[in-house]
Amino acid sequence: MFDNLSEKLQRVFKNLRGEGRLTAENMEQALREIRVALLEADVHFRVVKQFIEQVRLKAQGEEVLTALSPSQQVVKIVLDELTKMLGGHQSKLRFANEPPTVVLIVGLQGSGKTTSAAKLARVLTKEGSRPQLVSVDVYRPAARQQLAILAKQVNVPIFEGTLDQKTPLELARGARKEAVQTGRDLLLVDTAGRQHIDDRLMQELSELKEALNPTEVLFVADAMTGQDAVKSADEFHKRLGITGVILTKMDGDARGGAALSIRTVTGQPLKFVGMGEKVDALEPFHPDRVAQRILGMGDVVSLIEKAQSVIDQKDAEKMQEKLLAGDDFSLEDFRDQMKQIRKLGPLEGILKMLPGIGGLKELKDAKFDEKELTRIVAIVDSMTPKERGNHMIINGARRRRIAKGSGTSVQDVNNLLKQYGQARKMMKSFSGATGLLGKKGGKFKFPGMPGIPGF
Amino acid sequence: MAIQTLFGSASAEPNLLEKLKAGIQKTRSGLVGRIEEVFAGQKEIDADLLEELEYTLITADLGVRTVTEILEQIRLGLDRKSTGGAAEIRGLIERHLLEVLVASDGPMKPVSAPPAVIMLVGINGAGKTTTIGKLTHRFQSEGRQVMLCAADTFRAAAMEQLQVWADRNGVTMIRQTQGSDPSAVVFDALNSAKARKADYLIIDTAGRLHTKENLMAELDKMRRTAQRVVPGAPHEVWLVMDATTGQNGLEQARKFTGAAGVTGIILTKLDGTAKGGVAVAIARELNLPIRYVGVGEQIGDLLPFEPERFVESLFEK
Repeated sequence: MFDNLSEKLQRVFKNLRGEGRLTAENMEQALREIRVALLEADVHFRVVKQFIEQVRLKAQGEEVLTALSPSQQVVKIVLDELTKMLGGHQSKLRFANEPPTVVLIVGLQGSGKTTSAAKLARVLTKEGSRPQLVSVDVYRPAARQQLAILAKQVNVPIFEGTLDQKTPLELARGARKEAVQTGRDLLLVDTAGRQHIDDRLMQELSELKEALNPTEVLFVADAMTGQDAVKSADEFHKRLGITGVILTKMDGDARGGAALSIRTVTGQPLKFVGMGEKVDALEPFHPDRVAQRILGMGDVVSLIEKAQSVIDQKDAEKMQEKLLAGDDFSLEDFRDQMKQIRKLGPLEGILKMLPGIGGLKELKDAKFDEKELTRIVAIVDSMTPKERGNHMIINGARRRRIAKGSGTSVQDVNNLLKQYGQARKMMKSFSGATGLLGKKGGKFKFPGMPGIPGF
Repeated sequence: MAIQTLFGSASAEPNLLEKLKAGIQKTRSGLVGRIEEVFAGQKEIDADLLEELEYTLITADLGVRTVTEILEQIRLGLDRKSTGGAAEIRGLIERHLLEVLVASDGPMKPVSAPPAVIMLVGINGAGKTTTIGKLTHRFQSEGRQVMLCAADTFRAAAMEQLQVWADRNGVTMIRQTQGSDPSAVVFDALNSAKARKADYLIIDTAGRLHTKENLMAELDKMRRTAQRVVPGAPHEVWLVMDATTGQNGLEQARKFTGAAGVTGIILTKLDGTAKGGVAVAIARELNLPIRYVGVGEQIGDLLPFEPERFVESLFEK
């Protein structure tokens, strides 16, 4: 949906070759493109303006390097500046000198506080802390129950309060007391969501802060937030002095420009990003990756990490050994690879993460039929072991049976066999020479990819 | 003023307009307040004024494209020297926004035989469950019998949250166990609503990001299931969207419409400082009307959206 910024800049600078320096004039159009890209990514208007000025200053007078094209050079300046503004490297949680360390979790309604609290408890337990959870959200129906269920899932004790502890302050004090008594070194306090202009509820947070003296006040913000992010973050910061930010719902396709707005307006570091609904989906914040994402430039590091995390290393090695030994690439292997690719998630999402491919015109509007992968797996599953071992025996009658069994057509089966044939040929050329990722070709490529329409 | 409901029109309670105004007061004081400032301070229309206007419109989350278009019209007007002054610019912006909103607006398709089935969809934390609590209250005050379907079987305590709203409104809620197939709950609930002759059945679905293909497919399945029990169901599919949502809202609306056949938008949390401007872009690109706006945490804080009044209120002093 968005034109890739690099692509746009390439167009802008097409005529710049031969000029010696980046000047105010030849930068003007480029800056306009950068501006639009940032606004489309929901970076606040004023922040964009400030940022553009910075880039202008940085770029002006720089020599057009021979090693990089002018557009690459500008992209580099923009990326470097953006990464710098997002705030150096990931920062850790701070702990109090005297336990328990109290972490107050605050934010607007629906930003993801409760889920983040549980995720944080899990991460910190893994790092050797002994956290205790408490929800002081006495307003939203079943909010405390929600945290209680999540606490169980992450196996962290929760303070549920007594009948006479009705206010957030009473609950928080009770939880802190229990944390001390049970030797917990960390208390995570999940608060109710509130509007930053709700004076009464903001006052309640100030009181909680005063009573608990938290080491960290974490502001939980939705990555999809638009221009309003500056206002809410600013108000929370003014009234509470937040010490860090958790950016949630980053597993969607929002560009996350709010991150830059919040960082700029509060000056506080982004510490974690929420990457999914499950309790293990919390990751440290990487400024460089988010910078690339804001600019719509793909995220190769994330893709490789994702591939590494979902692709079963043992399976991959097994297959590699098999191929190196000169064994045939069977239909079962073919199917397994399809399954591996499927695990990476929606293909369109994967392609977006690849900077080179994401910008290709012919791929931009290509529709990737996710069902294709499922169909391939179903077809192979409908074959007999013998057929999977030797595709040559699959005659017309067998094809009809396989089609019926997998709920596809004979044509689908034919297509699959053709794709398999191509993949097999490719595997043969690989075998004995290189590993699964095709190091020889120097490209990150899955064998079998030609079988997927669109590639 | 009459409100369009699934069973024809109903007359509005007298204080509705006041509430609506109060509800979008923040929208007004934000977006329009600043336009007014722009107008008050400057008489001449120059580059500075245009930039101020751009600032005002962009920070309302209207989106670069919509804003560029509006400003282009103003520039054209300037060139033809037909734009007389601040008041005229305001009129121009007002007309533009209204055109977009009115074009996408239309009455809901009437439901001939109850139950009218309404499904609420949206990303996590948009405010679906709370909105259902408020909708139930609204339909009941129109004298209708409402039933709820707890099809968010995924999120911890989601069913309990909806149960609280069901109890508050004194209506029946159909549920199964945590983790059960949402389509199965829909099937049960629709049959039950038919048997009890309920006027409305409102389905609460789990929040999901529009990028999760399998979860989006689940919505489609729920829709097909509903269709099998009550032909034509779900009669309305409303996308619940947080007013703080930025430009990603458009993509959200696009994907949810593709998978779940969204028929309208409910814009929540308009009681903050966010303007919900992306809804204009959604109305424009996808022709989806905004049906209701959420303006607070109380049960009565859900109001019908009316384009004329919305834009009108935007520019009222």
